[in-house]
Amino acid sequence: MFRRLLEPTHAVTIRIDGNYVTAAKGDTIAAVLLLAGNPRFRTTSKSGLPRGPYCGMGVCFDCLVTIDGEPNRQACLAKVREGMEVTTGLGSPQLAAGKQP
Amino acid sequence: MTIDLLIIGVGPAGMAAAITARQAGLSVVVADENAAVGGQVYRSVASGPLAHSNVLGDDYRAGRALAEAFAGSGAQYLPETTVFMIERLEGPGFVVGLATAKQAQMREARHVLIATGALERPFPIPGWTLPGVMTAGAAQTLLKSSAIVPEGPTVLAGSGPLLYLLAAQYARAGVRLAAILDTTPRGNWLKALRHLPAFLTSPYLLKGLMLLRVAAKGHRIIRHVSALEAIGEGQLTSVRAVAGRRDITIPATTLLLHQGVVPQVNLAMASGVEHRWSEARLAFEPNLTPDGETNVPGLFIAGDSGGIAGAEVAQASGTLAALSILDRIDMAGSSNREPTRSNARSTLARSLRGRAFLDALYRPAPQFRRPNDEVIICRCEEITAGEIRRHIKRGAQGPNQMKAFTRAGMGPCQGRSCGLTLTELFAEQTGHDPQEIGHLRLRAPVKPVTIAQMAGLAETKQN
Repeated sequence: MFRRLLEPTHAVTIRIDGNYVTAAKGDTIAAVLLLAGNPRFRTTSKSGLPRGPYCGMGVCFDCLVTIDGEPNRQACLAKVREGMEVTTGLGSPQLAAGKQP
Repeated sequence: MTIDLLIIGVGPAGMAAAITARQAGLSVVVADENAAVGGQVYRSVASGPLAHSNVLGDDYRAGRALAEAFAGSGAQYLPETTVFMIERLEGPGFVVGLATAKQAQMREARHVLIATGALERPFPIPGWTLPGVMTAGAAQTLLKSSAIVPEGPTVLAGSGPLLYLLAAQYARAGVRLAAILDTTPRGNWLKALRHLPAFLTSPYLLKGLMLLRVAAKGHRIIRHVSALEAIGEGQLTSVRAVAGRRDITIPATTLLLHQGVVPQVNLAMASGVEHRWSEARLAFEPNLTPDGETNVPGLFIAGDSGGIAGAEVAQASGTLAALSILDRIDMAGSSNREPTRSNARSTLARSLRGRAFLDALYRPAPQFRRPNDEVIICRCEEITAGEIRRHIKRGAQGPNQMKAFTRAGMGPCQGRSCGLTLTELFAEQTGHDPQEIGHLRLRAPVKPVTIAQMAGLAETKQN
């Protein structure tokens, strides 16, 4: 559903839901997920229906994912970093058990 | 140490203000949520993959010089930093709450400039929460920052200059849209006509015509679309549109929506800035002096967050705000700044000419601002227009009470996606003026801050 116009010059490897994915330096997590053909980032806590990025600029909070164990991060604002672990589907409000500040 | 000027937002307004203030030797801190300078309009202008390509157009590339001047200005730039509160101190000045992903901090500043720009006007249609539906701005962001374009059938729907700017950029990039569904109401042309003489002298006239030509090439444009629906089970599969007697369904994996942009008001409203309803632009705008100062002394607003007017006006208004702050610190030097000031003022006047024409022409139709009962209007809490109307009929007193009754506006976006719709639904149901109804009351923190971030804050205070 999305493609790159240019081949990336600096590749970065991250893991999304356990799978290794190659991204370009400067990409947001949202961009990488959309390139992978996955616009369903999470389900809502009320209806359980799927959501994906809507505003793409940090306004709507629909693109929430878990990054390196930290839940409810905005995928449209977070840039990829080598070795990053991203988990989708956990956007609904829930406590990260045992997480230290 | 107290900073002379703290700026929120590193788009054209924020960068211009920082450059002007730094030239006079003020200490300047600029915080922005994004990872790089440019704001939305000049996103990735300094180092993006399309920074040197012609895909995004000349106006985009014009931002490069500004970004370079900002980089050399000596302002302290804090990327990936969210400002969640501004509080006035007892004496002059402010304390500003800043948060990164890891920690929060408080900084004191003598003056604060809000230059947080605009956001997309809510576009509540059936199915707009489906994955695959996003704003035209979101698609443009992917294009600017990563040179990413839609693949597979894509529909662009709505109204306003950005719609055709994106279509033109896609055309230059070799992307062909399945359709452009233009929702500009037929009657708008007549209402805009009386503003045409002024628009004929606007620098945007020629740009606009060129843009329409590039955008129209190879694209199927359906005009006077009066109803839209995003269809799919868990993901978008098609778009339905009604235009006159035509009722068509277009298979699509991506639907890009846009019906203009409105000022980001959350931070300003939460900081005590008075706003008023603009009937011409159907949005709340802050009350500002000609130099951009708000009713809160020392707190300024520049750029689109002061009223939608585009990048050139933003840059000029940022300069004017900084000059006004400089005057306050050093009255004696005021005359030396006069040439810069009059330059910025004439840019402002020139770019605002004919603005009323665009406002009237691209005024979104009522059914796309106050949708049918079954449509979700609060995306976060999944509240429909019908629920809102029902509570108004039962006597809900304004958007704040609505928030208490339904949770509309209480989710993580803090009413950014539904605030205007709520006010407009109240106006529709009660017949009262939106000015009288007002906006959801906004309070700090204007963006979610974690307990861990706050706990870190307490530690730094003790130290």
